[in-house]
Amino acid sequence: MCKMRFMLLFSRQGKLRLQKWYTATAERDKKKMVRELMQVVLARKPKMCSFLEWRDLKIVYKRYASLYFCCAVEEQDNELITLEVIHRFVELLDKYFGSVCELDIIFNFEKAYFILDEFLMGGEIQDTSKKSVLKAIEQADLLQEEDESPRSVLEEMGLA
Amino acid sequence: MALKIVKGSIDRMFDKNLQDLVRGIRNHKDDEAKYISTCIDEIKQELKQDNIAVKANAVCKLTYLQMLGYDVSWAAFNIVEVMSSSKFTYKRIGYLAASQCFHEGTDVIMLTTNQIRKDLSSPNQYDTGVALTGLSCFVTPDLARDLANDIMTLMSHTKPYIRKKAVLIMYKVFLKYPESLRPAFPRLKEKLEDPDPGVQSAAVNVICELARRNPKNYLSLAPLFFKLMTSSTNNWVLIKIIKLFGALTPLEPRLGKKLIEPLTNLIHSTSAMSLLYECVNTVIAVLISLSSGMPNHSASIQLCVQKLRILIEDSDQNLKYLGLLAMSKILKTHPKSVQSHKDLILQCLDDKDESIRLRALDLLYGMVSKKNLMEIVKKLMLHVDKAEGTTYRDELLTKIIDICSQSNFQYITNFEWYISILVELTRLEGTRHGHLIASQMLDVAIRVKAIRGFAVAQMATLLDNAHLLTGNTQRNGICEVLYAAAWICGEFSEHLEDPMQTLEAMLRPKVATLPGHIQAVYVQNAAKLFATVLRKHDGETESQAAQETSQLLIDRLPLFVQSANLEVQERASCILQLVKYIQKLQQKNVEVAEEVTALFAGELNPVAPKAQKKVPIPEGLDLDAWINEPPSESESEDEKPKAVFAKEEPKHSRSRHTEVDEKELARRREVRKQEQANNPFYIKASPSSQKVYDAPGVEHIPVVQIDLSVPLKVPGMPMSDQYLKLEVERRQKEKAERKKKEKKKKREKRGKERKADSGPESEEDITPAHQVDIVTEEMPENALPSDDDDKDPNDPHKALDIDLDKYVPYCRHLQFIHVLHIIKPTVYWFPFQKSSKHKKKKQKKEKEEKEKKKKKRHHHHHQHHSDAGGEDSVQNGTVEEEEPLPVSQSHSVSLKQEVKVYDIQGNHQDESKVVVSVIFENKSDSFLKSMEFNVLDSLNSKLQRPEGAGAHDSLTVPFQLPPGVSNEARFVFSVQSIIMPQKLKGTLTFIVKSDESSTHEKLDFKLHFTCTSYLITTPCYSDAYAKLLESGDLKGSSLRLEGINMPFHHLLARICFHHHFSVVERIDSCASMYSRSIQGHHVCLLVKTSDQTVSIDAKCDEPSLLGNVLDEIKQTFSKC
Repeated sequence: MCKMRFMLLFSRQGKLRLQKWYTATAERDKKKMVRELMQVVLARKPKMCSFLEWRDLKIVYKRYASLYFCCAVEEQDNELITLEVIHRFVELLDKYFGSVCELDIIFNFEKAYFILDEFLMGGEIQDTSKKSVLKAIEQADLLQEEDESPRSVLEEMGLA
Repeated sequence: MALKIVKGSIDRMFDKNLQDLVRGIRNHKDDEAKYISTCIDEIKQELKQDNIAVKANAVCKLTYLQMLGYDVSWAAFNIVEVMSSSKFTYKRIGYLAASQCFHEGTDVIMLTTNQIRKDLSSPNQYDTGVALTGLSCFVTPDLARDLANDIMTLMSHTKPYIRKKAVLIMYKVFLKYPESLRPAFPRLKEKLEDPDPGVQSAAVNVICELARRNPKNYLSLAPLFFKLMTSSTNNWVLIKIIKLFGALTPLEPRLGKKLIEPLTNLIHSTSAMSLLYECVNTVIAVLISLSSGMPNHSASIQLCVQKLRILIEDSDQNLKYLGLLAMSKILKTHPKSVQSHKDLILQCLDDKDESIRLRALDLLYGMVSKKNLMEIVKKLMLHVDKAEGTTYRDELLTKIIDICSQSNFQYITNFEWYISILVELTRLEGTRHGHLIASQMLDVAIRVKAIRGFAVAQMATLLDNAHLLTGNTQRNGICEVLYAAAWICGEFSEHLEDPMQTLEAMLRPKVATLPGHIQAVYVQNAAKLFATVLRKHDGETESQAAQETSQLLIDRLPLFVQSANLEVQERASCILQLVKYIQKLQQKNVEVAEEVTALFAGELNPVAPKAQKKVPIPEGLDLDAWINEPPSESESEDEKPKAVFAKEEPKHSRSRHTEVDEKELARRREVRKQEQANNPFYIKASPSSQKVYDAPGVEHIPVVQIDLSVPLKVPGMPMSDQYLKLEVERRQKEKAERKKKEKKKKREKRGKERKADSGPESEEDITPAHQVDIVTEEMPENALPSDDDDKDPNDPHKALDIDLDKYVPYCRHLQFIHVLHIIKPTVYWFPFQKSSKHKKKKQKKEKEEKEKKKKKRHHHHHQHHSDAGGEDSVQNGTVEEEEPLPVSQSHSVSLKQEVKVYDIQGNHQDESKVVVSVIFENKSDSFLKSMEFNVLDSLNSKLQRPEGAGAHDSLTVPFQLPPGVSNEARFVFSVQSIIMPQKLKGTLTFIVKSDESSTHEKLDFKLHFTCTSYLITTPCYSDAYAKLLESGDLKGSSLRLEGINMPFHHLLARICFHHHFSVVERIDSCASMYSRSIQGHHVCLLVKTSDQTVSIDAKCDEPSLLGNVLDEIKQTFSKC
């Protein structure tokens, strides 16, 4: 598995869609790194390999439709398994949203984070089984709906 | 109230939700910043409302804005509010926002401790999960310290969902609070054998991460991981374990030997590329660490190289890239195996992916040999011509130079070829690496004496065609080569055929457009050329040529005297005056040549980079001492301006003795020759060099060959390709000659001696075309490369370098972990720590006797845990206190037959029950079964036995222990009074089963219930705390500790951690702390520190409990 430093999702146009930092990084540095990295990755030609060395990190990225999924791992980490992690995450998003597209992630960005948090924690894989990750998400969502129902009653009251 | 809710709901309907915000931002592309600032204003309004739903919605929107780069730190408190919501929906949003926005500097984090603790112990596993996830992002040292116990408890949670999260987050906790590693480790290790695969892989992850940073502390886990590696089928886990072994093998070479086989099996069998790649990488790492003394590894290397070839040949760019990457690792130790794949790697140079080409270039660097250098460089030169984009072309250029110049030009057999390559490289337009080429030119010309004639001719041509190099762009870095060209022509001007022509070329008006430092070199070397010209015409009376030369300089130099560059100006005016004076002398028919030449006499010696360091400081010389009294500050200001001229470029510095007479010069020359003879760094002219210089074919090279048809090619440059052909011819000729000789020899020696088959041409057979004496870099004596240099002192993992097998002295008084060893004294002896008294007893009591060797205690700490622990040594009923000794027994594990019992933890369920968890570890080679646990009850504390059992019956331990395995069992004790510490005697009986027999054995131990172990970390707010103190129900006591020199927060952390207190309030060097016993006693501490003295004023409603707790605290600090 891999010890991930951070994961970024950004669009072809260079808009950040998701960011998760697994090591404490100052806000200013984050912005700088994101900007720099997006430039580097977006400048790469489509036929190029998915790995690059950047600062003291290894960057593993993959493009799915209009979105770039980009992970930073450490020097000794395994690039192929990192690609696998990215792919798993995409599969999870796909299963959850049902053929996911960039808009799903934009409008439900908190859900995307919940899925990511259920899949990775502190930069490590939590569970290698897709099923159990999805199950956990579903059950947490169910809990959320239970929470929400009494409020909607209140809302009706407010309407009435 | 109801109205308020209704009102809130109505408000909510008009609020923007996240979707509205996102849509709004997308619709306001032109004035996004303005739109967002109005949104932030709205959010601020929403946050002011009481309705938590509205707040959560606002926080959710803020999280989105934070991602877009807006500062939301001002809302940190609102985030905490949402986190504290009892509803999962909002809690989830709150924690998400916190994990995205909080960092160590966020001060409200302090307020979250109790909330997080509450969530961690929530009956709802998703509350706990969300808290753990959030915590993993923003855990601070304080949070880690305060919550370490709670998380440790969660590692044994009934739900695997929580267990795996708790295990993973422990890594973060360790990083922030290294002290927690030692107590948590046994439990973590236990999780390696958790029934749930997710938890197991989480534990593997954490331990592998820990071990990777500080491998030496985890060597003892190798057998366990080895077992996991050979049994696991989960590729994710396998990769991690294999990586771990990669880190362990350098420390334990024997491990490497064991690993090769399972790893090669995996390489053969796996279909997962990621696993294959990991195995190959680890095999390489293992083989590197074994490097010597292992003859059978060529097969493994071959296998790796083969597999990597398959990767490189794959159409997947990623595999290609990684294949090349791994190949370069093999190259370092086994260059021969890689070199046979040269074809493939050269092919990769044509790949459309630049990153792959760069990798291939890296590999080429290590693959060159004398034999193939020219061929490889030729290929690279072709690529230089084809390359698009300056980055890649520059990379090629530096690589060519790196490849050629590596290890002191080791692989260059023909320096004329190399000079031609360098000259060809000057055709590169817009390269940044002009200076690199220039320094190579200088280096070669200085160090390889035999090449100077050729180099000078080439450089003269370059100077003559300088306009081609400088013509196009101002920023063109290539003009740097003119620096080298001018210097070489000047310094070695005796080799010039027509110095006058070169002099003329150097003084063209165009030169004034070059950068200053280059002009300076031009001017200075023009003077050298002038001297050469004069000497050439020496003896001719009234030499027209010599006087013309002087006139040329007098005409051209004023241009440089006007230069804005000080260096140029100074040199030019100096030389101009000199030439004017010489002209005067010439007109008087005075012979000047010799004197002028003397200006530039002397040889330049290349000096090893570190030679200066090796110059011994003469005895009695103190370089740090002031020569004069240190100048006052005002004086130093006066001196400053002088420094402007004091810095002279060392390259130009040389001694100038204009007025020394002939004799003195000769004497000095003699001395210098003597010195040179003794100087290891001096390149001596070798007698063979001239001979080789006349190598066949070289004289045919047209030195001046005008080729104007090819633009941008500096005319007159011999093409390097020609050398390739020549070299091949030369080698063939040499080979033929050698064969002839060999045949002769063979004929002579036939029958006398067996001669080795000459076979294909080997490296050593190729003789260089030029004899090169090259300085070797030397390290100053006593200077050893230090290993610590590369360790970053700020590396957070450094703090986790804790030897987990070694028990530090200060942990001794902490309960929870006992280690009871039993060894059979007849089998092996510990070489340490046995008093002679013990030995005698043992000898008397013979074989079956068991002896407890040693116990070490360890701290462990848990909020809801209390516990017992003790250390005693028991020998067939005799109880003896034995001092734990710092022993590293981990290395003798395989030799001993022992049972290790450790980690006793307690759990408070209710006010009279304590749960003690005991880990039984079998460190012997035998199978242990039928374990029975029994404790001699006291009036106060009783082991709870199942209904119907007698008061003295043993409890069966519900598992058996194969060799090397450990497991945990829990026992409940009922306790009546908790005000006194207590020790309970106990016995563990078990059957040792070995191949031939089974014996009944027994181990005595003691459980130590300290008063601290009855305390539970309980948060207390300062107002409640104040009320408690005011109530007057509490009795006081106090304690003074001397000589404590640790920071105050460490001191507090230690009390919190080891004695289950929490900090209520801290003001400077004074803090109030609180804890509660399982039976509800309040314990309050006021801790003050000044000057290594700590005073603790304590209050408690039970004086004897307080007294005991204080004693225990005192003990804690007396141990550190």
